[in-house]
Amino acid sequence: MIEIKNLTKRFGDLLVWEDVSFKVEDGETLAIIGRSGCGKSVLMKHINALLYPDTGKVLIDGRDIHALDYVDLRKQRQKFGVLFQGSALFDSINTFENVAFPLRYFTNQTEEEIHENVMKSLTYVNLEDSANKETSELSGGMRKRVGLARAIVLEPNYIMYDEPTSGLDPQTADEINGLINAMSETFDVTSIVITHDMHSVLEVADKVAFLDQQKLSWFGTISEMRNSNHKELVDFVSASEYQIKAG
Amino acid sequence: MHSLNEVGKYSSLLYQALRSSTEFGTYRKNLFQELVKVGYDSVPIIILTGIFTGSVMTLQSAYQLQSAFIPLSTIGAIVSESILIELAAVISSLVLAGKVGARVATELGTMRVSEQIDALESMGFNSVSFLVVPRVLAGILMFPVLYIVASVTGIGGGLAAGFFSGTVPPSDFLQGARTYFYPWNVIFGFTKMFVFGFIITSVSCYKGYYARGGAEGVGQSTTNATVLSCIFVLLADFILAALLL
Repeated sequence: MIEIKNLTKRFGDLLVWEDVSFKVEDGETLAIIGRSGCGKSVLMKHINALLYPDTGKVLIDGRDIHALDYVDLRKQRQKFGVLFQGSALFDSINTFENVAFPLRYFTNQTEEEIHENVMKSLTYVNLEDSANKETSELSGGMRKRVGLARAIVLEPNYIMYDEPTSGLDPQTADEINGLINAMSETFDVTSIVITHDMHSVLEVADKVAFLDQQKLSWFGTISEMRNSNHKELVDFVSASEYQIKAG
Repeated sequence: MHSLNEVGKYSSLLYQALRSSTEFGTYRKNLFQELVKVGYDSVPIIILTGIFTGSVMTLQSAYQLQSAFIPLSTIGAIVSESILIELAAVISSLVLAGKVGARVATELGTMRVSEQIDALESMGFNSVSFLVVPRVLAGILMFPVLYIVASVTGIGGGLAAGFFSGTVPPSDFLQGARTYFYPWNVIFGFTKMFVFGFIITSVSCYKGYYARGGAEGVGQSTTNATVLSCIFVLLADFILAALLL
C-alpha cells in the first residue's frame, strides 16, 4: 500500500503543492490528474524518493521511504517499475539490452534465463520482433512499450506511469491503455498513472486524485468523479470530454 | 552565494563518488569502456598535439637563439625540458578538456534531461557509482599515460623538425636533452596529469550530472564544463608549480 501523508513541496519560493494526503490500496490503479505544470510528475518522483518533500511522509508498505538510508532505499525502489514520460531508454544499448539491464545487475540469472525473461517481457508488449533494434529506430509508441517491458521485467509490486499516452496517436494510446489494464490484471500490481488524458483515466483508473491550485483538490472513485459537482474538476473533465468529442 | 552553492554541490558529488567507489561490480564494465574512450581514443589527437608542439618549439627556439656563442644542444635541452615539465601536460590537458570533458558533460547532460539518470535511480541503481566513478577513475588513470604519449611525440617532433629544417642536428638535440634531463621533471609532469585528469573529468561529470532543461541546457553545461576545466587546469598548474618546484 502507498500512503501519502501531508506532503508539501516547494522549489525555492515556488509552492508546488501543500498538505497532500491520500492512499493507494494494493491492486488499485490511481490516476493523478491536473493541468500541465501542476506538479503531477513532481508528486510521482516523491513516491519513489527521486525527490524529497519539505514536510510530510510517503509510506510504502508502512515504511517512510524518505527516512530510509541509501542502501534500503535502493532495495525499496526495486519494488517499483517506472515508465517515464519520454521512456528514458538508454540510447547506448539496443532494445534487448535495455530490458535486460536490470536483470544483469540485480539478479544472478544465467544468459539463458535473461534471454527468456527479456523475450517474455517483450512478447508481453508485442515487441518480440524488435529485440535487436536500436532505440533510435523505435517509434514513440514502441519506445513506451519497451519502457514498459523494462519496468515489468523485475516483476515489481508497483508500477508508475508518467504520461503514458502523451504524444501518441489515439490507436497507439489505446494499446498502451490496454497494456496498463493487462498489467494490473495479470501481475496484480498497484499502479499510479500520471496523466491529463481523461480518456486514459476512464480506461484504466479505479480512483482519481485531482491536483489543482497547489493542493489535492479532489480524490475519489471514477463513479464519484462522474457524479461530482466539484467545479474545478467538472471544468477539467468537461474540457477533456470536449476535446475527445472534437478530436 | 550561487558560487558557494555550486562548490557545495560539487563537493557533495565527489563525496558520493568516493563512497560509491567500493561498488566495483556496478561500474566495472563502464570503467573499461571509459579507459578506452579517455585513453585509447585520445591517442591520435595527443600525438598530433605533441608533434606540432615539439616542432614549433624547436623552430622558434632555433630562431631566437641564433648565436655563435650558444651551442645547438641548448635547443634540444630547452625543447625537451619545456615539453616534459609543462607543455606535454598543459597543452594536452587543454585539448582533452575539449575532447574528453565535452563528451562527458554531453553524455551525462543528455542522460539527465532525458530522465535516463532518474530511470537508473528508480531501478535501484547508484547512478553516481555507475556514471561518475568510472569516468573520473578513467581520467585519473589515463591522463598520465597520455602524458607519456605527448612527451615522446613532442620530443620526437622537435627532433624531427630540427633535422628536416636543418637548424639542429639530431645528435646535438639529443645531447642537450640528455644533459639537462632531470627525472623529477617527469614525476612532476605525471603528478600534473593525474590532477588535471581528475579536474577535467570531475568538473565535466558535475556539469553534466546536474544539467537542466533540454538541448540548450545540455549545450550550456557542456560549454561550462569545458571553460571551467580549462580555467581550473591553468589554476592547478600554477599551484602545483608553486608547491612542487
